[in-house]
Amino acid sequence: MSSSAYGGDGPADVSAAPAMPSSMTPSGIEIPQVATADMVRNDPGRPGEYPFTRGIFPNGYRGRLWTIRQYSGFGSAEETNQRYRFLLARGQTGLSVALDLPTQCGYDPIDAMARSEVGKVGVSVATLADMETLFDGIDLAGISTSFTINGTAPMIYAMYLAAADKKGVPRESLTGTIQNDILKEYVARGTWIFPVRPSLRLIADCILFSNDATPRFNPISIAGAHVRDAGSTAVEEMGFTLANGLAYVDEMLRRGGDINRFAKRLSFFFYVHMDFFEEICKFRAGRRVWAKLLHDRYGVTDPKALMFRFGVVCGGSSLTAAQPYNNIVRVGIENMAAVFGGAQSIFTCAYDEAYQIPTEFSAETALRTQQVVAYESGISKTVDPLGGSYYVEYLTDQMDHEITKVIGEIETYGGAEKAIEDGYLQSRIARRALERKLQTDAGERVVVGQNYFRREDEGASDFGEVFKLDAKAAGQTIDRFNEVRAARDGAAVAESLHRLSEAALRDDDNLIPYMIDCAHAYVSIGEMVGALKNHWGEFQEPVGL
Amino acid sequence: MSLAGKRILIAKPGLDGHDVGAKVIALALRDAGAEVIYTGLRKAPDFIANVAVEEDVDAVGLSILSGSHLELVAETVRQLRALDGGGIPLFVGGTIPADDQAALKDAGVRGIFTADMKIDDVVAAIDAVLAR
Repeated sequence: MSSSAYGGDGPADVSAAPAMPSSMTPSGIEIPQVATADMVRNDPGRPGEYPFTRGIFPNGYRGRLWTIRQYSGFGSAEETNQRYRFLLARGQTGLSVALDLPTQCGYDPIDAMARSEVGKVGVSVATLADMETLFDGIDLAGISTSFTINGTAPMIYAMYLAAADKKGVPRESLTGTIQNDILKEYVARGTWIFPVRPSLRLIADCILFSNDATPRFNPISIAGAHVRDAGSTAVEEMGFTLANGLAYVDEMLRRGGDINRFAKRLSFFFYVHMDFFEEICKFRAGRRVWAKLLHDRYGVTDPKALMFRFGVVCGGSSLTAAQPYNNIVRVGIENMAAVFGGAQSIFTCAYDEAYQIPTEFSAETALRTQQVVAYESGISKTVDPLGGSYYVEYLTDQMDHEITKVIGEIETYGGAEKAIEDGYLQSRIARRALERKLQTDAGERVVVGQNYFRREDEGASDFGEVFKLDAKAAGQTIDRFNEVRAARDGAAVAESLHRLSEAALRDDDNLIPYMIDCAHAYVSIGEMVGALKNHWGEFQEPVGL
Repeated sequence: MSLAGKRILIAKPGLDGHDVGAKVIALALRDAGAEVIYTGLRKAPDFIANVAVEEDVDAVGLSILSGSHLELVAETVRQLRALDGGGIPLFVGGTIPADDQAALKDAGVRGIFTADMKIDDVVAAIDAVLAR
């Protein structure tokens, strides 16, 4: 082709070995040839002790292994229920529900906006009936369930509680997580519905209600993962996420929350990509920065409220469609980084996940990867085995410094809320994503099988088995939705929706109990969202580049 | 590159919120001299076709990573034709399985771009179609 607009033509010979890697981490931190004792500034202390650099528990994974939690969901509630039973029968220890886009954006399956998207990237849950089918035969008190849900998190949480009520499972016994982190949806993931202000109110409603009603449940998982996969560096991932975390803390304080109480139920979620040590140190540093912020700035005294608990996903944009089996190795390395970093729950992507919904075979391989790391490698037998390594402590200190700097930049701008409403963070990430893509194109960043060590004879990607969604699933979901609507008590629907709508006008009222009433009356997700949109409108996305 | 003076609409049809690819391509096309209009997320095909015709663009790029590309592309083509915009070259980027590429080309798509392609190659391919 003609000369490049960016001046780089990439590696001339794709089968050639790359030059020695850069002496910088991907976030731009200098890597010493040899780390020495004099480079370590901070004493890492002991695990289970403030500021928790070495982990939040004194006994690490000896007390309790991380939760093995594979993200899964597609098609109809029946099909997804079958996949859950398959994974649980093979030793998975928690469920993670992938919901389809209409459910995430607040549209019923019959809505024109939902057309062609029902059941595609996750399962459709439009009413309590779908939630009941999804967990048919699964003991809600015996398993922790995580929902990747944000814009409609309060409605899905309400339906989950209603499903537990109907099964006779006490609410206080429920464990699990709703992601419920709207700020990062505006920045990277895109399933926002309402403007920022009412969205923050809904999140505070969830946290305040959950602290009382479901004290073992995490009502928010403040997530950097999507910002990372959208192109940010590891430092920005942690910095943006902690800045969003502070915005939620401030919102909760405005609502009169007790920080020593609600901070115990704040949890976090991140990606693990390929730079092994940077990922490990990101978590060690993040734990320390968060604990110090809460302690120094907010005067938090309860040690449990200072603990930075997090889940991770391994894979994402670090995986390639080319030579997909290489992804199993990548995910294995990332899985180990998560363990050295002290994660509380881990999801390992399947090798074909860059491209399609995993097959049963690829999903099982991803699960087995975690079991090999957990039970064969021995790396979880002692707490923070890398603690005290000159390099790991040096890099943790550097990450701490850089993460703190990013938080400072956002605060100087005016805080996370303003930075998001203006589109400042969005533009920053888009630029970073272009930079990263150009580095890969130019061969400065090595992706084995994609820009180096390619097989020129490789045709279309070979995944072996290809997952095919049941073409009839969407039609069945829509039929079922119509049946549920026809069978429900119209007066109860109208009454509960009216009460929700009225409550939305009172800023000091908590909307979750009204949504649980709606859920019990089989009010749909689209109907609940519609009632609130009437008052609040929709977020206006800044589209400047 | 001779994209100077060209107007290109980059659009996100459907509910898919993955906008990195769309924004990266939009920035790269702008760096290559084009005037780029970005729709933002969650736009219906009829909205996209309307903007394309109203703004008199030289090309439309759709970014789709949700697996709904066949339906969304067909609908966008239909809407463009209904507004006499059937002649505007249409490109698609995202997670597009190899098996679906022929069907998209039959529907009138002039170029299909996936994440493993170099940005320069994507820009050059668009340039080549617009230069014709």
